[in-house]
Amino acid sequence: MPSISTSAGEIPLHEYDVIVIGAGGAGMRAAVEAIDKGCTTALICKSLLGKAHTVMAEGGVAAALGNVWPQDNWQVHFRDTMRGGKMLNNWRMAQIHAQEAPDRVLELEAWGALFDRTPDGRILQRDFGGHRYARLAHVGDRTGLEMIRTTQQRAVALGVDVYMECKIVRLLKNADGAVNGAVGFWRESGDFVAFSAKSVVLATGGVGKTWKFTSNSWECTGDGQALALWAGADAIEMECVQFHPTGMVWPMSARGLLVTEGVRGDGGVLKNSNGERFMFDYISPYFAAETADTIDEADHWYDDKVNYRRPPELLPRDEVARAINSEVKAGRGSPHGGVFLDIASRRSADFIKRRLPSMYHQFKQLADVDITTDPMEIGPTCHYIMGGVRVDADTEQTAVPGLFAAGEVAGGMHGANRLGGNSLSDLLVFGRRAGLAAAERAKGTPVDTSLEAGQVNEVVTHALSFLERDGGGTQPYDLHHDLQETMQALVGIIRTESELLEAKEKLVELGERAKKASAPGSRRFNPGWHMALDLESMLTVANCTTIAALARKESRGGHTREDYPNPDPELEKVNYVCRYRDGEYTVTPEAKPEMPSELRQLFEEEEASGGEAVAATKEGDN
Amino acid sequence: MAVGTSQTEGPSGAPSPASAGEHGTASGETLHMQLWRGDKDGGQFVEYQVPAQEGEVVLDVVHRIQASHAPDLAVRWNCKAGKCGSCSAEINGVPALMCMTRMSTLDTASPITVSPMRTFPVLRDLVTDVSFNFEVAKLIPSFTPAPPPPGGYRMQQVDVERGQEFRKCIECFLCQNVCHVIRDHEENKAHYAGPRFFVRLAELEMHPLDTLDRRAYVRERMGVGYCNITKCCTEVCPEGIHITDNAIIPLKERVVDSRYDPVAWLGRKILRRPAPMTAAEAAAHTSAATRGVSDAAR
Repeated sequence: MPSISTSAGEIPLHEYDVIVIGAGGAGMRAAVEAIDKGCTTALICKSLLGKAHTVMAEGGVAAALGNVWPQDNWQVHFRDTMRGGKMLNNWRMAQIHAQEAPDRVLELEAWGALFDRTPDGRILQRDFGGHRYARLAHVGDRTGLEMIRTTQQRAVALGVDVYMECKIVRLLKNADGAVNGAVGFWRESGDFVAFSAKSVVLATGGVGKTWKFTSNSWECTGDGQALALWAGADAIEMECVQFHPTGMVWPMSARGLLVTEGVRGDGGVLKNSNGERFMFDYISPYFAAETADTIDEADHWYDDKVNYRRPPELLPRDEVARAINSEVKAGRGSPHGGVFLDIASRRSADFIKRRLPSMYHQFKQLADVDITTDPMEIGPTCHYIMGGVRVDADTEQTAVPGLFAAGEVAGGMHGANRLGGNSLSDLLVFGRRAGLAAAERAKGTPVDTSLEAGQVNEVVTHALSFLERDGGGTQPYDLHHDLQETMQALVGIIRTESELLEAKEKLVELGERAKKASAPGSRRFNPGWHMALDLESMLTVANCTTIAALARKESRGGHTREDYPNPDPELEKVNYVCRYRDGEYTVTPEAKPEMPSELRQLFEEEEASGGEAVAATKEGDN
Repeated sequence: MAVGTSQTEGPSGAPSPASAGEHGTASGETLHMQLWRGDKDGGQFVEYQVPAQEGEVVLDVVHRIQASHAPDLAVRWNCKAGKCGSCSAEINGVPALMCMTRMSTLDTASPITVSPMRTFPVLRDLVTDVSFNFEVAKLIPSFTPAPPPPGGYRMQQVDVERGQEFRKCIECFLCQNVCHVIRDHEENKAHYAGPRFFVRLAELEMHPLDTLDRRAYVRERMGVGYCNITKCCTEVCPEGIHITDNAIIPLKERVVDSRYDPVAWLGRKILRRPAPMTAAEAAAHTSAATRGVSDAAR
């Protein structure tokens, strides 16, 4: 086996056409595509295979299959996605996504996935916030597990080489400025390893661990966003962070854990401490035409979507999260600082256990609450970052040649707010496209894949410095705690200039302390050391989110400014682009790609006819 | 902080199982957590004393110990919601997920031990080398459907539900950990797949769209005959999959039928049905075989 000399000795070098970093839905789908196109392919992940955060996805994968509502089609899905994203989405990504999602779902079925069925034997679809029709293909409330297992089994069957529990520290570049490899270490042994490749696909997922209350697992530390920025790529919409409206608030140890939107899709409603269904007080003019304004109308919608408008509990996530936040602030919250999510009084115990088995067990086991008899206490939890690495819509190519990004790590698809169910379809659609483009590059013009030993050595020396520094430095766990507190308090759901400026200052100080962090112990499975390196990524994300949030002087989707409470129509046309240059994070407003007129028409028709357009679609004409 | 070692045995020396039932952890109480620390060369239980907090699970307490007393304590975890199956361990000797074991269900008046799964080699502390499972996964003949008919596949809910039960598996490998065939007999790992993979094979066998015949392979290469249906796997499954009753027993029956059933043999003769696929033919559908092809193509 070839190797590279470093200060830590000879480290092994693995050579591939394509390497994929991250093994959630997007990474696995990319790897499957690359190997299917005849490329030698490696899949590298921080955890064991099949444990990635995709397993946590519950409700379903959005695709306009039209199995339940034949009126559904890609145009309606596209429109819902853009409106849910407050029009900040990259239109081309939203279009490709809506067009290709159905094929990607059917493909999973051909690989062994077992979705729930309609009475005539097709894939059943369920309701979710912001989707006009029941659109989410699902397996009870464990759709993510089904997706990850299906793509995992497919990747294994095709013979993808999997490198588990390997943390990538930095990407490497050749003399032409193209990314051509990566350096990391095995979490188990602490030994370093290098990979060379013609194409590198980033599919590392989210950033949730940067905030205190999050539905994300330890892995979601923004590694891919940071690796890309350090390598010279652009990141957009980093200010747009989704706080999912329904996370557990009690017990403390489970705080932030996700409660699926499927609870509301299947009939659950939100109530404050006075027992009021408060969402009727928070219907913004933007969604008024398509939202029920009486309890009676809302309750009829579950069975008759043609003649009734959808309940306000199923407004997009940003709207619901802000409403809950306001109720709690007004003193109408639940005992542990959330509100009540009630399905017990609305559906039978049998229905709840069949439709929401994981939720039933989660509350029973962790909170000792029986959701078939009692309401759940829930509140907003940091769930997803809409922003991420800027990519070409068709190929997922970043600003750096040879570097591709797909899934949550990439930005643009979801605009300012993501609709539930659109993430799983995003992983499949763009994971495949990234794998395909990466394979095409690998098979095309020759790429210089020789790694420069100096670059490799620099990474190794840097990573080891946290272990070698004895005493004096701060503990990585303490730093992580301080970072989470800062982001939760100052860059949370509702933001304001003074707090963002305070956060920016604190991040400078945290950055200095993180450089001197020390992790005692050996290199072998040392979580303190891993945290010191993950912190570098989280600090990069925190800095970008903070400066982009300062720059965007408006409220839009997952970015709410107390001092600029309304959207600014001009800023709908602008991306705030973050870059990392000479040790500094910068943010620059840049014009977004403009939507072609035939797609713009989908929205204009509706605006022109006002409420009538909605009435027309209710009769099934779209 | 660490107040000394309480035992000097390996991870197999865990004390007797916890008594069942609710005990309740009062805040202010001190927890005596005995965590196994060590590596392949040996180790011991180390006691850490931490204050109890309301509503915690075992993994929370392990994390607090990691953050305050032992930053290099190795523990594997991900979702902390019982969905990924990473944090399997033996708590007071009972195999369970640390993230789904509430402290209030344990007797906190006595020390609580947490040790790594015994069936797999220890890497460090609570982390074991579970690569055996990923190697077996490569030996499973893959899903092989017929091409879709015009208009796509159709399946009835009642038919997919059998497979859906098996696909709830989160691959925590607790069933593998308690299976006597490999827990006490390392040598059997070479020819025995274990309960997790019998669940997978049963799922493929019962999949409405699958066309492959894996019966000879299941018998000859996967070693289903070694299982003597003690149901230990079913008892520890955090997903409540009826591993023995719904997966292993039907699998054993199918395997036996295909070999010994004289009626089936006669039926094949008379109706000229294809003979069951041999183990070698099924093996051609494993990733090991796929790799052979792609390696040659490189």
